Amino acid sequence: MKISSIGAPVALFAAAALTLSACAANETANPGTGASGTAAASTLAGKGASSMSAAQQKWIADYQAAHSGVTINYSPDGSGAGREAFISGAVQYAGSDRPFKDEELGKDKFGECTAESNALNLPIYVSPIAVIFNVDGVEELKLDPDTLAGIFAGTITKWNDPKIAATNDGVTLPDASITAVHRSDDSGTTNNFTDYLNQAAPKVWTEAASDTFPTAFGGEAAKGTSAVVDAVTTGKNTIGYADASAAKDLGHAQLKVGEQWLSPTAEAAAKIVDDSEVLPGRAEHDLALKLNRVSKDAYPAVLVSYALVCEIYKDANDAALVKGFIGYAASAEGQKAAAEAAGSAPLSSTMSAKVAAAIDSIK
Amino acid sequence: MTSVTQSTREVTPTPTPEHPVNKARERIGDRVFSGLATGSGVTILLILAMVAGFLLVQAFPALATSPAELEAKGYGQFWSWILPFAWGTVYASFWALLMAVPVAIGIALFISHYAPRRLASSLGYVIDLLAAVPSVVFGLWGSMVLAPAVQPLYLWLNTYLGWIPFFSGQPSGTGRTLLTASIVLAVMILPIITSLSREVFLQTPVLHQEAALALGATRWEMIKMAVLPFGRAGIVSSVMLGLGRALGETMAVAMVLSGAPVITLEILTSQNPNTIAAVIAQNFPEAYGLKTNQLIAGGLTLFVITLVVNSIARLIVSRYKEFSGAN
Repeated sequence: MKISSIGAPVALFAAAALTLSACAANETANPGTGASGTAAASTLAGKGASSMSAAQQKWIADYQAAHSGVTINYSPDGSGAGREAFISGAVQYAGSDRPFKDEELGKDKFGECTAESNALNLPIYVSPIAVIFNVDGVEELKLDPDTLAGIFAGTITKWNDPKIAATNDGVTLPDASITAVHRSDDSGTTNNFTDYLNQAAPKVWTEAASDTFPTAFGGEAAKGTSAVVDAVTTGKNTIGYADASAAKDLGHAQLKVGEQWLSPTAEAAAKIVDDSEVLPGRAEHDLALKLNRVSKDAYPAVLVSYALVCEIYKDANDAALVKGFIGYAASAEGQKAAAEAAGSAPLSSTMSAKVAAAIDSIK
Repeated sequence: MTSVTQSTREVTPTPTPEHPVNKARERIGDRVFSGLATGSGVTILLILAMVAGFLLVQAFPALATSPAELEAKGYGQFWSWILPFAWGTVYASFWALLMAVPVAIGIALFISHYAPRRLASSLGYVIDLLAAVPSVVFGLWGSMVLAPAVQPLYLWLNTYLGWIPFFSGQPSGTGRTLLTASIVLAVMILPIITSLSREVFLQTPVLHQEAALALGATRWEMIKMAVLPFGRAGIVSSVMLGLGRALGETMAVAMVLSGAPVITLEILTSQNPNTIAAVIAQNFPEAYGLKTNQLIAGGLTLFVITLVVNSIARLIVSRYKEFSGAN
């Protein structure tokens, strides 16, 4: 086959044009995640915590199936990004692993809310954090707060330390070093876990709760929940913390609350939300909780994620959509769906009713 | 491509290389191709300038904010924040090169001068195949297979060679240490160094080699006298390319290394200096506000480090060229 003198460059041009147009086609075909803002009336955009990403996907799928014509996008870019997008008005609701602080709240601070409206913090996702371990010959482990904090702070370094042995009668603990694995990336799981240690063992755990694991305490770091679970599974004599649903095959330590030993079950985790008080000085329907991590019968290491919404939306359609969608998410049905899809702990009926009342107040 | 000249039934006098005939009618193909080639050259410069511009603009808020304000917001001062990661980047690459270079040159020499021809070509393919493995696969392999496998070896090193600063400290229970990350990096840069060195070794003039053999040199002496001096510049540039990859490698390190913001010589412990690229990958997804700028400023630092490394490589290559056996 002969190639004419013009044919080759033309073919090259054609190929280049094809490639370029293919790129362009990709860009436009890419579904906009969250940034659509005030597009169509039946479109709702949310952004925030990746912890409840699986639950959000389930809620969205269920809600869209039940309401044709409604499109909801949730982009799991992280709690901080979600709060920022909600403040700027890029999204109509945000997911966050912590409620807005007092100084962040106020009238006329949120893009999608009217000038006289404040934001509401509504707990819609509760998930127990398991302390996972992989120790030769150890099936069950019981840890009191001081011991657990000591292990993660690096002050208890051997598995046969008398402090661990004291609460584990009849268990043969190996004379081996402890490798404590924590998250290397910023995470709401770390925040809630360190908050628990700080509340329950303030003498040992001297650092305040934070998304970043305090570097002063050392230990092994791994990126993301799955990598922590992986490091604990493949390593020797390891311990770590992760979302309970993500670490089913590993041993879950029992934590001491008062005189009880509790496992990370859904019921015990949901109890903490009931036993916690709403932060003082909040609006009538705001449900930002001061988690009480030393409450009886309640598993203390729990992650609570909030939906951040407006009291009064600028756009009545947005308000109706948010009421419908977040209302479904917080309902018994929605909570059950999330428990099945994401392994979360369903809200108790009391808390569910409180959230429903708050949602009713949205205008 | 001979058909191209045949089809344009025009007899042009063959121009001498020194004095091209300017009057020869320019063909449309020539114009299009020279335009495309020039365009590509300009594009790469433009892209580089745009990347540098993006880094500078986005990094500016983090660099311009006063240290006190950064401290107050919990980000930490920029230079004390970036220093451990810059150290980790360079340190991990150093160990990777230390392990990869001798092996890579060994493989390259084996392929070019020792192996039977058939084995040599298939071995070359296998090495090139290694370069095609995505880094995320190396990361998974490193964290799930390699780390647990080498952990007992680390315990041994720590027990018996713990007096050497590198091997001291409390060894990690998972094996996800700087040394493991460096081994993964070494495997990843092996094909680059091997392929380039092999090509250079194959270019050694046969006359040089035969002359050495004729003087009674053994094969090793011939390689030492003829092949290695000739290939020195090539080896250095291949090593620098490998180093460039090791410095910038993100995914594999992020998955394998148990990183922390520390500066240490120890390579077997749980607390390893993280690399800049891995820090960006780990923290960017959930970063917002000034944190984003801080991470991009970290990227700018990495950009500068690689630029410096490349310049040094250029310098070395141009210096060695004059002394190579090639002239």
